[in-house]
Amino acid sequence: MSRLEATFAALKAEGRSAFVTFITAGDPDHASSLEILKGLPDAGADIIELGMPFTDPAADGPAIDLAAHRALHAGANMKQTLSMVRDFRAGNAGTPIVLMGYFNPVYAYGIDRFVTDAADAGVDGLIIVDLPPEEDEELRLPANKAGIDVIRLATPTSDDARLTTILDGASGFVYYVAVAGVTGGKSATTEDIKAAVDRIKAQTDLPVAVGFGIRTPEQAGSVASVADAAVVGSAIVQTIASGLDESGKATAGMVKDVLDFTRHLAEGVRTAKQEKGCC
Amino acid sequence: MALNSYRTGPDEKGHFGKYGGRYVSETLMPLVHDVERAYREALADPDFQKELDYLNRVYIGRPSPLYYAERLTEHLGGAKIYFKREELNHTGAHKINHAIGQVLLAKRMGKTRVIAETGAGQHGVATATVAARFGLKCTVFMGAVDIERQKPNVFRMKLLGAEVQPVTSGSATLKDAMNDALRDWVTNVHDTFYIIGTVAGPHPYPMMVRDFQSIIGRETREQIMEAEGRLPDSLVACVGGGSNAMGLFHPFLDDADVAMYAVEAAGHGVDTDKHAASITGGRAGVLHGNRTYLLQDEDGQIIEAHSISAGLDYPGIGPEHVWLHEQGRVNYVSATDDEALEAFQLCCRTEGIIPALESSHGLAHIIRTAPSLPKDHIVVLNLSGRGDKDIFTVAAALGQEI
Repeated sequence: MSRLEATFAALKAEGRSAFVTFITAGDPDHASSLEILKGLPDAGADIIELGMPFTDPAADGPAIDLAAHRALHAGANMKQTLSMVRDFRAGNAGTPIVLMGYFNPVYAYGIDRFVTDAADAGVDGLIIVDLPPEEDEELRLPANKAGIDVIRLATPTSDDARLTTILDGASGFVYYVAVAGVTGGKSATTEDIKAAVDRIKAQTDLPVAVGFGIRTPEQAGSVASVADAAVVGSAIVQTIASGLDESGKATAGMVKDVLDFTRHLAEGVRTAKQEKGCC
Repeated sequence: MALNSYRTGPDEKGHFGKYGGRYVSETLMPLVHDVERAYREALADPDFQKELDYLNRVYIGRPSPLYYAERLTEHLGGAKIYFKREELNHTGAHKINHAIGQVLLAKRMGKTRVIAETGAGQHGVATATVAARFGLKCTVFMGAVDIERQKPNVFRMKLLGAEVQPVTSGSATLKDAMNDALRDWVTNVHDTFYIIGTVAGPHPYPMMVRDFQSIIGRETREQIMEAEGRLPDSLVACVGGGSNAMGLFHPFLDDADVAMYAVEAAGHGVDTDKHAASITGGRAGVLHGNRTYLLQDEDGQIIEAHSISAGLDYPGIGPEHVWLHEQGRVNYVSATDDEALEAFQLCCRTEGIIPALESSHGLAHIIRTAPSLPKDHIVVLNLSGRGDKDIFTVAAALGQEI
């Protein structure tokens, strides 16, 4: 059983949904980012999405765009992202890590080399936002072979026919992008999210995670009540940004503040009751 | 082995060989499919073609003339030089050709708002123009750096009723404007059509923009037959994303005797880190919806391009160009900022035409090569835009105050 399957199965037994956190690898610098990453499971993260920094993150809003540039400015690259995962795995065998980002840095690294090194480091899944089902075979097939899930995305613009395309070849979980827009923007209503999750679940047995526009413990809790997982990204990344001094260096309390904020969000998810029939 | 035809691409998924495709976020995929469906329906609709032909004629002023550049020919003393005068189009460049086609499609799809990215401002002006003409709301994304160096076009867009949205992320130039346009599009999918300004982006854009621009090459064929009774020996065009070059070249691709030269912006030189020559100095990657050649570092991070000409200042190129390069059908060469500046001035003084700095790169290649070519060698340059917008940049480069 993969780490993702084991995590969702264990949470199902507990009767609660997963809390998924996103940070960008190397933001604001390698050491602080690694410290945050290592602290996330204790702060309540059930699954971690780790952003692979890219110069041109056209599907992201300002918070994650700036995070990517901070990381790159501090010298982040794919090798270091994978070494962060390896260092994390040395002390944590159970929390799934999903690398999230854009195709070009993966392609430049070399697809075969990437899936080998990623699997070796302990990566469980990939979300490549600019690689739709029509184009993902060249990564998905070797990744799956190496035991890595390629997570497909569904959105408010996905009709039932499109969902069929999206779900054909999906594994790990399905990531429902709750609003048409970039990360860190508008929020969807719980009713809309529930309707979308139900529609996806009518076509698949995979868990459905929901992200985009979730900022507070309350929002995370209400999403968790209607989906298998709630994802928070920009709000956590903004806490990192708030903990930097004028020159962009991490201040002494930054890591603690980020993990405290994460803990609050996790409480929102953990106290949420899953709706009957959900998940 | 030579192909039977170079004009059959792309395949149904939008690939030119390995290049092109549709690399956009899932939210945009249904929309990109819709654009393709609407475009194919429009192509089959005689009324669409009729309206396009009419507007090409009476609004843009087509056909644009094919002009024998007699004094430049004499000055260089070799090949016989013709200019395809796209700078005489309404709004002063070839960009209006694809803007008018795309706005008709936007109307047809029931969209009420159009967005565009722009570098030099020519595509932004063209988009603002057609948006005004058809009563659509218009937002143009433009890098803050480009806004500074292309002030006249910024004011033009505002006069035309467009909102010009300054882009400060990344290098604050064309690629970043395209990022922000994509961010806007994904947020406003319900009412917005993205008018892309070059033969790049997700399928069907490279094909669609090429088709709308191919009127340049089709007219050139007829006009040169009328003027010379034969096809030209060579075609020359500048290339950034590559819309004007593709428009001139495409109708000639299967004429084996017509040589083609696409001139990339070499900036300070292709052996420096300040250029915009994606074919000469880039390698395969994925950005802005397509697989193509990109300026990038070994980690796959996109490198900022540099060119004196804002319209060529982009770290990528249309995917069909990459395919034509790898097939060996089109020659990709380059010209530096300095060569383009010299060509700009020579064109002003010998022909009484102020060319765009973009087009001056094509002219620079002709200046380099024409003297050693025989006098019966016919070369056609796509004079893709006029240079009035560039006079401040040129003055600064020449150390003069206006």
